[in-house]
Amino acid sequence: MAQVDLNGLTKHFGATAALTDVTLTIPDGAFVVLLGPTGAGKTTTLRLIAGLDRPDAGDVRIAGQSVLAVPPAARDVAMVFQQYSLYPHLTVRDNLAFPLRSPMSVVPRDRIAARVAEVAEVLRIGHKLDNKATRLSGGEMQRVAIGRALVRNPRIYLMDEPLSSLDAKLRADLRVELKRIHQELGATFLYVTHDQIEAMTMATHVGVLDRGRLVQFGSPRQIYEDPVSVYVATRLGQPRINILPADLFGPAPAGAAHIGLRPEHIQTGQGRSAHVVRTEHLGDQTRLHLDLAGHAIIALAPQGPLPVPGDSLALQPRNPLWFDATGARLAA
Amino acid sequence: MAEIVIRNLRKEFGAFTAVKGSTFTIGDGEFFMLLGPSGCGKTTTLRMIAGLELPTSGEILIDGEDVSQKRASQRDIAMVFQLFALYPHMNVRRNISYPLISQGVPRAEVAVRVAEVARILGIADILDRPVGGLSGGDRQRVALGRAIVRRPKAFMMDEPLGALDAEFREHMSEELRALHDRMGATTVYVTHDQLEAMQMGDKIVVMNHGVVEQCGRPQDIYDHPATLFVADFIGSPAMNFLRFQGAVHAGDRSVRLADLDIATPEMQENHLPGALVLGVRPEHVVLSDAAPLRAGVLATEYLGTTQIVTLDSAFGRVKARVPSDQPVTVGASVGLAFDAARMTLFDDASGRALRSAANRGII
Repeated sequence: MAQVDLNGLTKHFGATAALTDVTLTIPDGAFVVLLGPTGAGKTTTLRLIAGLDRPDAGDVRIAGQSVLAVPPAARDVAMVFQQYSLYPHLTVRDNLAFPLRSPMSVVPRDRIAARVAEVAEVLRIGHKLDNKATRLSGGEMQRVAIGRALVRNPRIYLMDEPLSSLDAKLRADLRVELKRIHQELGATFLYVTHDQIEAMTMATHVGVLDRGRLVQFGSPRQIYEDPVSVYVATRLGQPRINILPADLFGPAPAGAAHIGLRPEHIQTGQGRSAHVVRTEHLGDQTRLHLDLAGHAIIALAPQGPLPVPGDSLALQPRNPLWFDATGARLAA
Repeated sequence: MAEIVIRNLRKEFGAFTAVKGSTFTIGDGEFFMLLGPSGCGKTTTLRMIAGLELPTSGEILIDGEDVSQKRASQRDIAMVFQLFALYPHMNVRRNISYPLISQGVPRAEVAVRVAEVARILGIADILDRPVGGLSGGDRQRVALGRAIVRRPKAFMMDEPLGALDAEFREHMSEELRALHDRMGATTVYVTHDQLEAMQMGDKIVVMNHGVVEQCGRPQDIYDHPATLFVADFIGSPAMNFLRFQGAVHAGDRSVRLADLDIATPEMQENHLPGALVLGVRPEHVVLSDAAPLRAGVLATEYLGTTQIVTLDSAFGRVKARVPSDQPVTVGASVGLAFDAARMTLFDDASGRALRSAANRGII
């Protein structure tokens, strides 16, 4: 396990800037999640660390040493791709053992068997060890692909949306498992996703990417509670933060163009009257879709009797976030 | 506009039975979700309603008329698929007009209806653009436009948002639901995503292995699941199941887990001594120092407004959803209290929920 430093990483594909001047430290033993929509530069970052692509500028250091001149196989990193790639002619057991049998590692037979059994147990594929890889469901294949990385003890695990092709239940289970594996191994992870739940629940640090630039880096709580911009604020939180004109509820601080209201920033019972358009029952929460002077607002239903469409509900902000006209957060 | 009645609908593919005798009613103007894991029979059900598959037996009534053996083209239903196919050599206007032109609708009428659809979908400004250069959202809107322009009796949608990334999906699901609220057309929508079903649906049918497990309003299904399968499938994290041996008598207001009395809704049926399951949603678990049921805190997961606390109890793992500003220490021992009014008791062998004052009239 090792610390990984990215310094001024820049990568173009033709005229498209995929990554621009990204500087970031992945501390030894951290679980860093890079979050951003399609095209933000997440996968490019992983590929540059793994050595699958070369940066146009900048450096990748693993345990203090630049690895730019080191070929991918010698970088001692394990990568899991979004689309599983297994050896179709091998059994699950042989697929899992394969990385340990590579000429670059010398692992005794009984050690390989023990490690494969252990990882299969964690990923709940122990009963499929003798199946051909092609005789598995999509979810099982992806677990084998993750397992193939986990059998090794690399300096960093690089994971590219490994859970996105799985169904919701399995995703929730594997989130908890990956987090547990991380804690038990003390391993360093760089994990890429556009799923905010994965970022919030697994990460020790979240890096938010916007069109190839790293715009904020911090703990999930910092990113959620103290976002630097509207863009970052809208990455986390369900329902999404409401971004409204700054003066909608009265005087705004100097320079404010927008007020940002998460559900916990909305106090009901007093203030401006909004119109209930629709209620959405999600079980653990009920969302109110409101209209206030032509602006759509999503709030959580307060305790007590549930409003129905057509009702009025008074709202006022409580400790909101303020943003300027460029979307940058105003200093508090 | 249409009411769709499904009666004893069954579909066999050789020795495999995909749908095993479904019965439910889709109300006029409802946004109706067919929900379940892959292979549960939801898409087969949708395809039978649309006329793309013929049922082995059973009836499909659209506005009272049995259409189960009629061809798709005779049913006046529009289908929207996950991978929307547009005619690449035609512009947006021609793509949307195509279904009307092929039906022989007069040109003037076509122009009026395309304009109307473009206004509803907010794509009037791109009507003359080729579809090749459109964004994913606009392509989806054009695909919807092509379905809407026919003014069919009902829309069938087979995971139309399945291929999209999380953020765009959320945006399109809100847009689709708002569109439905403006048009009020009966819509049947297939998904495996329980949150999408809860969020968009007026009613949900939950299917598993070809069987309808429950049909009802989202909140009713969430609060009062009819089976262990539904309780587990709906909600994230899933409902907690505390397994124990015990008996139930009609009129009981508590159950005995080992040496603890746990308050429940008033039970309305008897159950012989045997394996029972107490089902409690994570947000109905309260961490209370005074409660006699003890548990150790294994982990916490921060979610912004709330946090999920995983606990280890004598009856297995329990997850609680509590406010994120409530201090919880990993490794600490805490007491667990449950919201009695919202819990469900199940028979472990059959998976069936026992009737109580809470779920009366719902299951």
